Amino acid sequence: MKALRRFLDKIKPNFEPGGKFAPLQSVFEGFESFLFVPATTSKSGVHIHDKIDSKRTMTVVIIALLPALLFGMYNVGYQHYLAIGELASTSFWMVFLYGFLAVLPKIVVAYVVGLGIEFIAAQLRHHEIQEGFLVSGMLIPMIVPIDTPLWMIAVATAFAVIFAKEVFGGTGMNIFNVALVTRAFLFFAYPSKMSGDNVFVRTGDTFGIGGGTVVDGFSGATPLGQVATNVGDTLTLKSIVGENLTTLDYFIGLIPGSIGETSTLAILIGAVILLLTGIASWRIILSVFAGGLLTAWVCTFVNPEVYAAALLSPIDQVCLGGFAFAAVFMATDPVTAARTKTGKYIYGFLIGAMAIVIRVFNTGYPEGAMLAVLFMNAFAPLIDHYVVEANIKRRLKRAKNA
Amino acid sequence: MANVVKLKSGLSLCLAGAAAPKVEKTVVSDTVAIIPDNYHGVVPKVVVKPGDMVKVGTAVMYDKNHPEVQFVSPVSGEVVAVERGERRKVMKIVIKSDGKAEAVAFEKATSATEVKELLLQAGMWAYIKQRPYDIIADPAVEPRNIFVTAFDNAPLAPAYAYEVLKGEEAKAFAEGLAALQLLTQGKVYVGVEAGNEVKVPAGVEVVAFKGKFPACNAGVQAHHIAPVNKGETIWTLNALDVVVMGRLLLTGRVDMMRTVAITGSEIAAPAYVRALPGTPMTDLLKDNLIEGDYARRVISGNVLTGTNVSIEGYLGAYHSHVTVIPEGNDTHEFLGWAMPGFKALTTSRTFFSRWMPCRNRKPDARLHGGERAIIMSEEYDRVFPMDILPEYLVKAVIAFDIDRMEQLGIYEVAPEDFAACEFVDTSKLPLQEIIRKGLDALRKEMN
Repeated sequence: MKALRRFLDKIKPNFEPGGKFAPLQSVFEGFESFLFVPATTSKSGVHIHDKIDSKRTMTVVIIALLPALLFGMYNVGYQHYLAIGELASTSFWMVFLYGFLAVLPKIVVAYVVGLGIEFIAAQLRHHEIQEGFLVSGMLIPMIVPIDTPLWMIAVATAFAVIFAKEVFGGTGMNIFNVALVTRAFLFFAYPSKMSGDNVFVRTGDTFGIGGGTVVDGFSGATPLGQVATNVGDTLTLKSIVGENLTTLDYFIGLIPGSIGETSTLAILIGAVILLLTGIASWRIILSVFAGGLLTAWVCTFVNPEVYAAALLSPIDQVCLGGFAFAAVFMATDPVTAARTKTGKYIYGFLIGAMAIVIRVFNTGYPEGAMLAVLFMNAFAPLIDHYVVEANIKRRLKRAKNA
Repeated sequence: MANVVKLKSGLSLCLAGAAAPKVEKTVVSDTVAIIPDNYHGVVPKVVVKPGDMVKVGTAVMYDKNHPEVQFVSPVSGEVVAVERGERRKVMKIVIKSDGKAEAVAFEKATSATEVKELLLQAGMWAYIKQRPYDIIADPAVEPRNIFVTAFDNAPLAPAYAYEVLKGEEAKAFAEGLAALQLLTQGKVYVGVEAGNEVKVPAGVEVVAFKGKFPACNAGVQAHHIAPVNKGETIWTLNALDVVVMGRLLLTGRVDMMRTVAITGSEIAAPAYVRALPGTPMTDLLKDNLIEGDYARRVISGNVLTGTNVSIEGYLGAYHSHVTVIPEGNDTHEFLGWAMPGFKALTTSRTFFSRWMPCRNRKPDARLHGGERAIIMSEEYDRVFPMDILPEYLVKAVIAFDIDRMEQLGIYEVAPEDFAACEFVDTSKLPLQEIIRKGLDALRKEMN
């Protein structure tokens, strides 16, 4: 490590203003602070600082995402081999490899495009490179269908990073969750590639492996897609090869859906990591689920012939689709969520409630979690405003009584 | 001991190098220095020149804005230097002690006006701070209440110094409080740690506090007893300074001797000593630093609110505490942000050390990260025991939106109240500096 440190010290002058590579200063500093914790000491105020920094915070979120990501990769392979009828004859590792190879390019594209823009923005502003996109770049591939073309992910990521983040001032300044803006951009710009029955299960091969033809009776509709098109007052959700699904299946997550969102179990493992480390707010996670469960329960009383989702139990509702993923990883983004204690309860509850309301009453959108979070991102400052005003009023009242 | 105020939010750190609770010796030094920068907001006008002879209690400078507020010499001897820095700013007044401690004899004071006059003349006024603005009190304004804090729970705090106050110094403390009672129509409050007793004169109210740092800050205590509203003024004092006032009132002589904790992981034998403010660090730390040829940070005060004075510096006028920690500027930690962190000093559960029993940590002065926008929410609230929204107040101060600052409680806070927030901040923002600058700018704007 000493040799590496010496090497960095040796090449550092080239990157400082006036040096050969001065335009790459932010990039150099980004890599330097990635390798070695900066040895800057405090100049004013406290003389000791907590060891936590934003790199550590973001790293923990990425670790928390890993169970859902790894499960998502396996599930991509699982759905594929199920579709071509070769699941029984394919080994676990082969299934995983298929999914891994299918998902990896999406991760690479999201990171290369997003970080590239961040590097340029940091250099233009003469800032340090900030870590925020490390999490966004991991979230983006997890919330898209497996058959989303890479160029679309690239375009959407670029749009989101520039227009949802950099124009507001970068990490910590954005109003809307960057990953969800990417998803929303894809959803509204290329609806045919983002919904429907043909995008959630990859039927073709990936880099030449797993070729085959789909079995008879195959349908790539997601459970929520099936709900949206259900007719009558009974509802049986089926897997892609026509077998009946149970609540346990929704919970484990071997069902079609966006890459990282299907397994409530894996997402809950992530939630446990986030809550044990204290990175995510338990207030938000708890209240999103509370809002979702309560609203889903109320919705079971509406007419199922008009609104088929009324036939789903509250537990099914929170296990299906992107609800759990949004509750754990999207709603808890501290920058775009409400920032006051009371505000967090309200913010979370309304996300949960709205996600279910969109699902049940707007049959045009089979899934409402994304829109619910984005909508509440916009309202979070308003919620906080009233919490802050309450604090101010207490102070004024105190002055009058004194 | 009727009421105990329980404060949930706060910061508690385990640091190596706490001082053993007994006084080892009195540090006698050839020279002492008076540092105008110790007194925030004062524009110093020096009235002595090199060669002048001074006694204990002789005025050496005053505040240009309030000429009645005098600052006096803690020793008798000869003024050897008045050092000036850029733009002729007075950096320090150095006095060579003759070791005799001859003192100016002040007249006894009994009435309110006499007591005030005496405190101003004898350099005691400097100990009285006011809110709003956290500056030395304006003598022209009578305070609504006076708040005295009689404990310190900052990391490695000089707890024993406060024990002394309850024992042999109890008389001087009571005398000081009685004098303060004359200076306000309102009540004088003394904040103590829950479970502790302190003798006070009739009419002074004792309020017990149970909580972590910064529960010991007079401002935090005032917030829970009787908060400052717009247009009101309160005074805040430290009990260790009230004792110095009390000695003057009892004897008519200035005696600034303090019980000082010498602490920190770089100290060979952490201990309490008796010393005067302005004693050079070289004398205070003589033969007591651990051997080593790396950079160290010598702090007058504690690690959260103290001043980095370096080994060439002096004990601050308000400080009963010296802390020495490694600077750490030559430590390059490889992938430090990804390590399990068994020895990390942190309040974050992302490090393993947080899951283990509190051990004596040896932190250095590194920031451990780069400055960022405020990302994490509720971080400050966890260590800010007031009904104030610290994050919103800090943002209002950065934007310097005066109305908003007033609404959010700027008049109630001092930079020291944000010290714990600054420690835990993931974004590494200099919060105390932000609040200090905000208060100064606000004062300029309002006067």
